[in-house]
Formats: sequence, structure tokens, C-alpha cells
Amino acid sequence: MLALEIKDLSKTFSVGFWKKRPRCILKPLSLAVEEGEVFGYLGPNGAGKTTTLKLLIGLIYPTTGTARILGVPIDDPRAKTNIGFSPEQPYFYDYLTAQELLEYYAQLSGVPSGERAKRAATSLTRVGLKDIDRLQLRKFSKGMLQRVALAQAIVHDPKFLFLDEPMSGLDPIGRREVRDLIQELKDEGKTIFFSTHILSDAEALCDRVAVLNHGELKGIGVVRELLSETEGSVEIVWHGDVGRADLEALGAKTRGAGSMTRAVLPQARLNSALDALRKVNARIESVNPVRHSLEDFFIEKLNLQSQDRPEEVTRS
Amino acid sequence: MTRILPIAFNTYREAVRDRVLYNLIVFALLIVGSALFVGQISIEIERIVLINMGLTSISIFGVVIAIFIGISLVWKEIERRTIYTVLAHPVRRWEFLFGKFIGLFGTLTFNAALMCIGFFAALLYLSHRLGRPDAYILVAIYFIVLQLMMMTALAMLFSTYSSPLLSSIFAFATFAIGTFSEDLHNFAAAAHGPAKAIMTVMAYLVPNFSSLNVISQVAHAIPVQPGLILHNTVYAISYTAVVLFCAAAIFENRNFK
Repeated sequence: MLALEIKDLSKTFSVGFWKKRPRCILKPLSLAVEEGEVFGYLGPNGAGKTTTLKLLIGLIYPTTGTARILGVPIDDPRAKTNIGFSPEQPYFYDYLTAQELLEYYAQLSGVPSGERAKRAATSLTRVGLKDIDRLQLRKFSKGMLQRVALAQAIVHDPKFLFLDEPMSGLDPIGRREVRDLIQELKDEGKTIFFSTHILSDAEALCDRVAVLNHGELKGIGVVRELLSETEGSVEIVWHGDVGRADLEALGAKTRGAGSMTRAVLPQARLNSALDALRKVNARIESVNPVRHSLEDFFIEKLNLQSQDRPEEVTRS
Repeated sequence: MTRILPIAFNTYREAVRDRVLYNLIVFALLIVGSALFVGQISIEIERIVLINMGLTSISIFGVVIAIFIGISLVWKEIERRTIYTVLAHPVRRWEFLFGKFIGLFGTLTFNAALMCIGFFAALLYLSHRLGRPDAYILVAIYFIVLQLMMMTALAMLFSTYSSPLLSSIFAFATFAIGTFSEDLHNFAAAAHGPAKAIMTVMAYLVPNFSSLNVISQVAHAIPVQPGLILHNTVYAISYTAVVLFCAAAIFENRNFK
């Protein structure tokens, strides 16, 4: 069964005071997420990522289209029984302690009364917030609130997690811990749909990613395939800058990097390039195939013209 | 109810932790002051003055809290985005709204009950004993609680689509008009043509707080008819239900951008 199935979901708001005019925030979006998958939803600020999540959570209503979470339509309250949601900018009842807040959310999700306190404490421990029982949320830092947001998303042990920029506001250690938590949740078989514009996080965690820009889906890719992909180019790094002109003559793009020189050239000319460097007795440091990064994929998709249709990117 | 009650309790907890019940201190000072000094300045009618002052205070304190908290109850949740994580759980929007209403109304009832205890203590201090006519005071307090129920629902209705400033203006205006609703009915009866129709609609649209005000009556130990108690109870519950239904209909269709 698909964990998430979105069909032609779109959102247009009316803007203006007297003369209302439509403003399309999300163009018809269709995508599917498999159970147990970590799906990255990438895009620059204002791309429509949060709007998509709000539509799926039921905070705003779609103009067109439908979506199903674990087989249940999003307008059915049962769809929320098995989901957890962590908002981008977490705001909570600041007069409560984290333990009280989590017990409240556990109660709303129907967790039996005997288990609530334990579940709340376990969730707080999992996000690295221990021994803060008596501290009201108004005294929490932004990073701590981000952790509370994650804790409340998992307190009722949902099967599907929507995380909106879960690493924002966290220091490097916090980001690492949250990354580990997401990996743990994935290992437990949970499906995770998270939006981010931090590509290294998506690269480290996601099975697949989708790129969104100006409210339009630009492409979907399998991260493993994107990262293993080579463009048929190699990179040679050697000490000094002897032989640089010879490699440029072979069509290489070169640049100095401190005491070394870096050249990127087509795979077919690798042997000629190595021969040229040997002739001048250059000390070669490394020879590596040039790999795609998620950033390349992201930039490539963002540079597409808006009239280009979304496509499933499979390059293997 | 499994979701409404936690929301209601959380609303009550918010009111308590935000020190809303501190108004009781002001009320206590007012009532103690009245009990001590009213007797000295009003010969023979000190009991009437105390009842009038005490019940009016319970009503005004309650209405002011109902309006000021009621208008921000929903608005604050949307503005501070605390509603996002609540609605991400299996909570229907009407359940959220109803839970907030129950929570605030419960807080106001608790507040009124504490004031009621203080008021009767002051009355006992002044009269040295409580008699059967004093039981009518409980009816007047019950009517005040019904009034608070209606005001809470109205304040919440305004807060589902309007800013706190406008909501407070609407709410206070409705309270003022509702207090003189008997006059609206009289105008409607005296008017002719379209004016009669407009006045009649207006008279039924605004809450009828006139019939809920029996403070002067009980101060003079005049009994309250059981028929009025039943009528007011049915009216207040029906009015509140309609207002909450309208609030839920508006809230149900809102986009939380």
C-alpha cells in the first residue's frame, strides 16, 4: 500500500481587499510515497513546501485534487490517527511544561491514560530533552522547541511523519542528533515526509527527493541513483601547476587549489591527460570520477523553465 | 468527548496559569469593603445595596472576562499557530471550538462560584443570618451564569472571523444592546412597516439579557417564578447552541495560512 498518494492537489488563494484576484500557491501536484520511505521535499523558500504540508494536515483546504494517507482520504479525521506533524516554526502553549504538552497531545491522539506519562517521557528522551520536567516552554530556546516539536510528533507512535524543516534552529550537534533520530524512525519502519532546503540533510537521509519551485513540481529522483550517477567526467588533482597548459589543450577545465591544480575532463581523455602529466613528472594526488550531488540535481531542476512538465527521474 | 475534555481542561489551565482568577482578589476587596462600609452609609437598606453591588460585580467581572478571553481564545491559537499541532492530531475543528468553549465557560462558572461563596459570606456578616429569600439570590447567580454562557459563545463567534479589537467592540456592543433588549421588543411592537420587521429581527437576533437580570427583584426578596427559570434556561441553551453552530460553520471553512 502507498503511504501517501497525492493526485492533482492544488491551492489558489484569493488576494486583495476590494478586488479579489487568484494567486496560485501550489500547481496541481501528483506524487506517491511508499511505506517505509524517507521522502525529501526540497525547494527554496516560498516554493510551496509548507503549503503542501498544510494541505495534507488539513490546515488549509485544496482548491482541486485529493490525497490519501495510508489509504485514508485526508478529509477523513481517521487519516490523522496515524500521522505525526512537526511544524517549521514550532509554537506551543508556553504555560505548559514539555511533559504536560506531550501528555496533552497523547491524550488527543487517544493514547490510554496509563501510558501517556511514560510515552511523553520516552519521546522527550529520544529528542535529547531529559530532566526538564519543571521548566515551562516559555523558557525554552528555539532549538529546544524544535526538539519538542519532534517529540510531540512521535509521542503517539504514528506510522507516518510529516516534518517541516525539522533541522531549522538546531546547532550542528542538534542537527546530527535529529538526523540520527530520523534514521532510527526509518529503521522502525515509519514513513517520513520531510521538507527542507538543507540539501546535505536530504542527501544523508532520503530515499527519494522531489524538487518544488514556484508551487510546481520540477522533478523526483532516487537519491542513491543520483549520487552514483557520473557524468562521464574525471577529476585529476596534482601538486604544482606543471602540465596545466597541456591538459587545457586536451579540453580540461583547470583551476589552482592552493599548492595543487585541479582539472576536470572527459573520461575518454583520461589516459592522454595522465600521459601528459607523467611526461612533466607531475606528482598526481588523486584521480576520481565526477559524481552528481543532490545540489546538482536541485539546481538543474530549478533552472528548468516553468512550462517543463514534471518527470520521474531515473537514470540508471 | 475524549478530545473535547482535554481541550477544555487545557483552556481552564491556561486561564489559571495566566492568572485570570486574580480578579477574585479585586472582587473580594470590593465585597469586603461593601460589607464593612455600606452598613454605615445606608440605613435599613444595607442588605439591598450589598446584594445589588455583589451580584452586579459578579455579572460585570464575568462578562469582562468572558469577552476579553473569549475574543482571543481562537484568534490567539491561529495567530500563535498553536492550532497547527492540535489539528494535526485526530481532532475535528468543531471539537476544538467546543472544547475551548467548555473550558472558558467552566472557568467562568468556577470563578462565579468562588465569588458566590465570598458574596454569601459578606451577606452573612452583614445580616448575621441567611433566610429563605436569600435562596433567590442563587437563582439570580444562575441567570448570570447563563448570561456568561451566551457571552462566551458570542465572543468566540466574533473571534472566529475577526481581530480581537473588532471582536471586543462587537462583543461589548452586543452585551450593551442585549441588556436593553426589552426596549428593542417594545420598539418593534410600536413600529410600523419595514421598521417593524427590522426591529423585530434585531430584537430576536441580539441576546435577551433583560429577562436574565433579576438582581433588583431578588434584592427586594421578590420570588423568581419557576416558569422564568425554565424559560431562561431553554432560551440561553438554545441561543448558545445556535451561536456555537455558526462559529463552528465559520471555523470549519477557514484556511490557516
